[in-house]
Amino acid sequence: MTEEKVIVANNLTRTFGKFTAVDHISFDVRRGEIFGFLGANGAGKTTATKMLTGILSSSGGYATVAGFDIKKHRNRLKKNIGYMSQKFSLYEDLTLKENIRFYGGIYGLSKKETAAKTGEIVERLDLKQIENTLISEIPLGWKQKIAFSVAIIHSPKIVFLDEPTSGVDPITRRQFWNLIYEAAENGITVFVTTHYMDEAEYCDRISMMTEGKIAALGSLHELLTKYNSKSMDEVFIKLAR
Amino acid sequence: MRRILLIVQKEFIQIWRDKTMKPLLIAMPIIQLAILSYTADFTVKNINLFVQDQDHSALSQKLIDKIGASDNFNLQAVSPVYNDGFNQIQKNNIDVILSIPEHFSRDFNSGRKTALFIAADAINSTKAGISMNYLQNIIKNFGEEQAVEKGFSGLNPGIIVSKRNWYNPNLNYKFFMVPGIMTLLVTMIALFLSGMNIVREKEIGTIEQLNVTPIKKYQFIIGKLLPFLIIGLFEFTIGLAVALLWFRVPFLGSIGLIYLFTAVYLVLILGIGMFISTITDTQQQALFLSWFFSVIFILMSGLFTPIESMPVWAQKITLFNPIRYYVEVIRLVMLKGSAFSSIKLNFLIISVAAVVVNLLAMLNYRKTA
Repeated sequence: MTEEKVIVANNLTRTFGKFTAVDHISFDVRRGEIFGFLGANGAGKTTATKMLTGILSSSGGYATVAGFDIKKHRNRLKKNIGYMSQKFSLYEDLTLKENIRFYGGIYGLSKKETAAKTGEIVERLDLKQIENTLISEIPLGWKQKIAFSVAIIHSPKIVFLDEPTSGVDPITRRQFWNLIYEAAENGITVFVTTHYMDEAEYCDRISMMTEGKIAALGSLHELLTKYNSKSMDEVFIKLAR
Repeated sequence: MRRILLIVQKEFIQIWRDKTMKPLLIAMPIIQLAILSYTADFTVKNINLFVQDQDHSALSQKLIDKIGASDNFNLQAVSPVYNDGFNQIQKNNIDVILSIPEHFSRDFNSGRKTALFIAADAINSTKAGISMNYLQNIIKNFGEEQAVEKGFSGLNPGIIVSKRNWYNPNLNYKFFMVPGIMTLLVTMIALFLSGMNIVREKEIGTIEQLNVTPIKKYQFIIGKLLPFLIIGLFEFTIGLAVALLWFRVPFLGSIGLIYLFTAVYLVLILGIGMFISTITDTQQQALFLSWFFSVIFILMSGLFTPIESMPVWAQKITLFNPIRYYVEVIRLVMLKGSAFSSIKLNFLIISVAAVVVNLLAMLNYRKTA
């Protein structure tokens, strides 16, 4: 069961003109794991994530996500995934509750289910006093947590998180990772990109991207041993050279 | 269906919360109609007149008084020197010069021919033509009056033309302009609201979050279109109320017909806006494109200048101009009371265009880059 592959990428490639942003990457992600997609800024993490979520077409190779071909079955794929981008994407001029109601409905949750989810999110994140506040008036750290909760409102098989913790303080980052663990415990596979190398230790397995290619892949322990390093920072510097 | 309603709900909440938008949507139709209807006036008034009177007779003074008493002319100066007038034209103080020759009175009273001279600043050729026409009419009437008074029979015109102005007996230009400006209002609001909308979500980044959901393209486009259709009809209603209650424009046709046509027309304009929104990446680009189309559409719509007087090639271009059809219909239905059979062709063209443009917008909206 743990060996079931929920993401399979085979020579996945994306070019923009002459520039190859993602260069023949192959990897797979197992059900229930937290997969860290690490790399420097501009290494191609976001491009790869966008292809896997069906909002960017690939130039070559193929991939399946939750069992659906990213080219042929985009709509069915989208029902089974959640996505949170680095660009904050809740509606700032809607309240917390209105955002949840909107996205819940778009994902096909009934009114009853949406109401139940709203209560759940508000309670878990302790947001009772701001549930009717406009998103624009809520601090960034909270917004990220809300965005994550909205991204998994429809209990997807996989959630893609693109740099979810960039720009927030260490305490909030820590809290955010607790939410990720919680989601993983509930059976949601987590695909998370980050350029914070220390976050690698939270992941079951890590892939390290440099210049559009996957330079290394394995568990934290495997990578540290293989590159004879004490930290992911060291691994990163060795690989980037 | 539920998804469409959710988008409609979201759009309404967003517009409702927009502190600039809400008052604008109510004030704009009223201000636009109130101001433009008074200013877009093609009757020429306040023509500044200079008279070169070389005769200094009772008769010439009578003529000058008569012209000065007209609503259209402001008599600025009288002088025997022609160049005084010409200098004032140079300085833009005078529009028309009337020159009364020496012996004007003597020649007229003895029944001989006498010739007056009119010169106009013709930079605005329409205004110059109309001014000269008015002046000629006044002089002609004056001549006839004086002839009758003096018992000349030779000047009695042989042909009498009687006139009747159908549909607008008092030649109230507002009856013509107000319905036209209503079309402008509806068009601008619909085009700009929809043109800015999707691209705004692109700029903020929320579109990406929507693209990653299983929402269907048609649900997205219809959900975006409906709120603006409702707002457009609301704006039209305000415009219609101002037209009927304030300007007292007659309404001879069917109110149902005018709303039906307006709704279909709005769907077309909103579709154009959506299309603009799908091909642009920033609100600035969308704004430029929307302006580009509005200016061309408005100036070539027959709203201000008759399409019949445009060159043939331009007339052909107007066939692709949605405002043209709408202006025609709204004037026909309101002022002439035309029934559906008279506007059938316009209805058909606008309906087909609405379907085609919205399909294009739908196809062009890409959930996958």
